Amino acid sequence: MVENNRMLTFVSHLVLVLGLLTVALPLWIAFVASTHGQADLIAGRIPILPGAHFMENWGTAVTSGLKRAGGVPVGLMLFNSLVMAIGIAVGKIAISIISAYAIVYFRFPFRMAIFWMIFLTLMLPVEVRILPTFEVAANLDLLDSYTGLTVPLIASATATFLFRQFFLTVPDELTEAARMDGAGPLKFFKDILLPLSWTNIAALFVILFIYGWNQYLWPLLITTDENYYTIVMGIQRMVTVSDEEPRWGIVMATAMLAMIPPVLVVIVMQRLFVKGLVEQEK
Amino acid sequence: MHKRVTYSSVWLPYLLVLPQVAITLVFFIWPAGQALYQSVLRQDAFGLRTEFVGLENFIDLFQSDRYLDVFLNTILFSAATTFSAMGFALLLAVMADRVIKGASVYKTLLIWPYAVAPAIAGVLMWFLFNPTIGFAAWALGGVGVEWNHYTNGTQAFILVVIAAAWKQVSYNFVFFLAGLQAIPRSLIEAAAIDGAGPGKRFWTIIFPLLSPTTFFLLVVNVVYSFFETFGIIHATTEGGPGGATEILVYKVYKDGFVGLDLGGSAAQSVVLMAIVIALTVIQFRYVERKVQY
Repeated sequence: MVENNRMLTFVSHLVLVLGLLTVALPLWIAFVASTHGQADLIAGRIPILPGAHFMENWGTAVTSGLKRAGGVPVGLMLFNSLVMAIGIAVGKIAISIISAYAIVYFRFPFRMAIFWMIFLTLMLPVEVRILPTFEVAANLDLLDSYTGLTVPLIASATATFLFRQFFLTVPDELTEAARMDGAGPLKFFKDILLPLSWTNIAALFVILFIYGWNQYLWPLLITTDENYYTIVMGIQRMVTVSDEEPRWGIVMATAMLAMIPPVLVVIVMQRLFVKGLVEQEK
Repeated sequence: MHKRVTYSSVWLPYLLVLPQVAITLVFFIWPAGQALYQSVLRQDAFGLRTEFVGLENFIDLFQSDRYLDVFLNTILFSAATTFSAMGFALLLAVMADRVIKGASVYKTLLIWPYAVAPAIAGVLMWFLFNPTIGFAAWALGGVGVEWNHYTNGTQAFILVVIAAAWKQVSYNFVFFLAGLQAIPRSLIEAAAIDGAGPGKRFWTIIFPLLSPTTFFLLVVNVVYSFFETFGIIHATTEGGPGGATEILVYKVYKDGFVGLDLGGSAAQSVVLMAIVIALTVIQFRYVERKVQY
């Protein structure tokens, strides 16, 4: 920076640390609560340090869940969330990369019409077409199934744009050289374009995994069978119990379990994550 | 922009776009068309007869005080969320841009809430502010504020705004920091030589140069607070107390799924669709500008 003003630098660090603590506070309190028994919590003492019931709460959550909330073990919900997140991420990438390839590398009737139709999905989030989309899924017999949780969400305008954008920067000489060597369109895609796209695919995967993991409304609509609940939507049943205080220790253990996988993905793959985030908005 | 070298095949390109097109048609275009169609129909109480009513569903909607209240609520909610999430993120980004040591550490420590689902963010705040056992409610009690989001509508509203903004700070921070780091140092140095202090430099140079980022984030945050916050409301307040935290996406779900008012819910869907389309158009116009910039 321009001035070498120690006071200003100190203030900057102070603001940042206070900001960090504010942002982290809910997480800390959740963790602390997940280590205390129900009796400690509802006695009205506000614990700010971890207690001794960590194994008990987390264990109960993972293996048996809460009776009042249908008793679905969080372990099963975590598995469902994982299937949904990976299914959506892989599905979106797979169908987007091949449609982008077709749109960039082929000339065919209705090419632009198809391009604009894919673009249109950007303007139609689930939230604005809840009932009719549910009806379609019900008519196709997709309720309470992994197909129903993933397939209806895998059309992706942003992923298609991203790949289209990237393919347009791939030099034509590569295509010419491949053709000269006798590679057909599928071979060119598999042996040249796909390896070149690897970082883009990985960056997109990070973003889409989080997108899929954090879905709420769609699993809420499509699942009535508890065996297909995902953790992000399943937690709602634990919180909104009507006539008594929720079992906060177990609820908070569940909340922690629900955020650990996506948070880990973001922290471990921070570089790819930021790349994906920024490129998605181009 | 087009490729000079292309492949030719009669059937291959169609095969390649088929999965995407099929899913788009079945799960996006068709339901959206259904929503449009149902928004001009009305069913009788037993679901036996359906008649065409033109724009009546829309007229009913905008003549209903409840709907207008929810609309206003949504705008307030969106404005409050966007303003707090962006303001807080900008403050932190400016500070992180100033410090030479540790900027990347701060970034790592601030980035993670992006990965937390809105519903989970809501549950965390719901507990943090719990009137009897929540840490924040206890702290507020210490300074004389009696917090109870179960009965106090304003406080419930503030709670969902905090939950929505908390989650979005990290996203804004990443973009603000990138925007700040792209500002040429020479400009700032020149201003400093001319005697401009840090505050003046921020408002006369940094903030105006940051405006493309700010505008872009404004649109993203508005879209987020309109459409992605359903989980926060549904998992915590469920629109209450007394409808104080009901927003448009929650109402369309409630009226359609719980109230089973097909025409009314479809009309609400269409209104929401118009809002997304308007916001998307604004966003894309801006993106075009950014390219020339």
